[in-house]
Amino acid sequence: MRTKLNLLSLLVLTLALSACSRDGGSRTVIENKGSDTLVNVAQAWAEAYQTVEPTVGIAVTGGGSGTGIAALMNDTVDIANASRQIKDSERETLMANGHNPVEFVVGYDALAIFLHPSNPIDQISLEQLKAIYGDGGEIESWSQLGISVPGCDSDEIVRVSRQNNSGTYAYFREAVLDESDFKLGSRDMHGSKDVVDLVMNTPCAIGYSGLAYASDEVKMPCVISSAEGGCVAPSVETAVDGTYPIARPLFMYTADQPEGAVATYINWILSDIGQCIVLEKGYAPSSTPTCPAPAM
Amino acid sequence: MNSKHSKDLARLDRRDLSWYMDRLVQAVMFVGGISAIIFIVGIFVFISKEGFSFLFDGFSFTEFFGSINWRPTSENNKTFGALALIVGTASITGMAMLIAIPFSLGAAIYIGEFATGKTRESLKVLVELLAAIPSVVWGFIGLTIMNGVIIQLFNVPVGLNVLNAGVILGLMAAPIMTTIAEDALKAVPDKYREAAEAMGATKWQVIRQVVLPAAKNGLVSAVLLGIGRGFGETMAVLMASGHSINIPGSVFDSVRALTATIAAELGETAVGSDHYGALFTLGIFLFLITFLINLTADLVVRGIKRS
Repeated sequence: MRTKLNLLSLLVLTLALSACSRDGGSRTVIENKGSDTLVNVAQAWAEAYQTVEPTVGIAVTGGGSGTGIAALMNDTVDIANASRQIKDSERETLMANGHNPVEFVVGYDALAIFLHPSNPIDQISLEQLKAIYGDGGEIESWSQLGISVPGCDSDEIVRVSRQNNSGTYAYFREAVLDESDFKLGSRDMHGSKDVVDLVMNTPCAIGYSGLAYASDEVKMPCVISSAEGGCVAPSVETAVDGTYPIARPLFMYTADQPEGAVATYINWILSDIGQCIVLEKGYAPSSTPTCPAPAM
Repeated sequence: MNSKHSKDLARLDRRDLSWYMDRLVQAVMFVGGISAIIFIVGIFVFISKEGFSFLFDGFSFTEFFGSINWRPTSENNKTFGALALIVGTASITGMAMLIAIPFSLGAAIYIGEFATGKTRESLKVLVELLAAIPSVVWGFIGLTIMNGVIIQLFNVPVGLNVLNAGVILGLMAAPIMTTIAEDALKAVPDKYREAAEAMGATKWQVIRQVVLPAAKNGLVSAVLLGIGRGFGETMAVLMASGHSINIPGSVFDSVRALTATIAAELGETAVGSDHYGALFTLGIFLFLITFLINLTADLVVRGIKRS
């Protein structure tokens, strides 16, 4: 009798969640795709959620913010992760398909500047970054910044960037280059981890990526924004309190107002438990949760 | 008599299982035979259809072939200059051929003319094994091992450059070139060699003055197919070239290839946008180039060029 009742309730649950169910079986699967910046924390959420709601499976894939939103347009995912805000053109496409996309800020990420450990620079200003990365910027060599980097005999600044449709690339362009173009000739890596790997092995290099990808093998200078005088080091705390100049919100998008399992999942992500996982993974939470054992 | 004859024929014309089997196999083989044509036409129609919206709308011939400004996602001024990508692909392929031609021709001559018995057989198997290494593994070698080696050896700022990608691509193209070149050498009749040897020619004289000239067409087509391979290779080039829009001044400059650009950008491009169309236009261009190279190789191997 008890088994029967369990089966019955499971059936009811399945029917109730059938809107999001992809396999039609007893397990509901939420498809979650998008930003590579968010992929680590999205996987951590998915794993932790298994203990909360074992009947709901969450399939997380990366690929980039654009990929996730494109998948949302094609109705192949339930939730798209993005490290940039949805573009107007993307929103319009979704509206044209009869959707009404909903945005959730699930955390914040500080964009760290990476340098080779032997690089003597401790602080860098947004203006300098713009002159290094921006089209028409005049800084091409380390000596123009008044330093010489041991192991970098050519003195050339090897600019490491991201491929031109990553959310990180778009955010850097928005926050540092004021929407102007990148200088051509940067090494455009295909993932945040590749940026760190290349900078770590190249004395002449400078790169940028989400703080969560930082390793002990690279150096992160503090960043001076042009408005204020102080130099702020990238960290979860400075991203939360807003003093770090290049910190960005991380988003989750659904095609429509979420219902059922998807809504429950997003609410759980925005709850203290979900936000503590954000903190654990090296990002800044969107609220100020009280975590049982602060990991950072 | 006559009726007996037709009876004989009728007896032979049995539509039993073997007959149907024969027909079925014929049909399957026919479909298999023309499938390559169907696929190639289908692919060409597909990439053209996707690229045409851009070709007729945002496309500017002078910008595409004359400008290095590839800024398809710019906020203010989107430009689609593919010159640096074309030069990048060409420079990597050129570098690769500098490495692959001596290696593959040397290997082919050794396997075809000098090696005998077990050595010859095991060498052939090993060369074919080299062709079986996946390109992402080659790319990984370029990204992790070659990068450091090049920085150390040449004291350059970054090891992901034309040299790195060229060496990797050369090693990738060498096996197929060796196999085709060796086939070309094998196709030279033994009586040529015997005649030359009978006249007192040394082994090297036989190879240089008799075998190589006779196998010329096959060797040229081996090189051309290697070039075609170089133009089309994606993953290894994406990982080893540095993926940087740049007209290279030396082999130590990073470049970006046409194929790598498509691979890196297509996945996140909105279907139907100018950027999407521009990437497909790159695809059409690549398709035409590799098609021309392969066609030339085919014509050369048939010896039409001779007349």
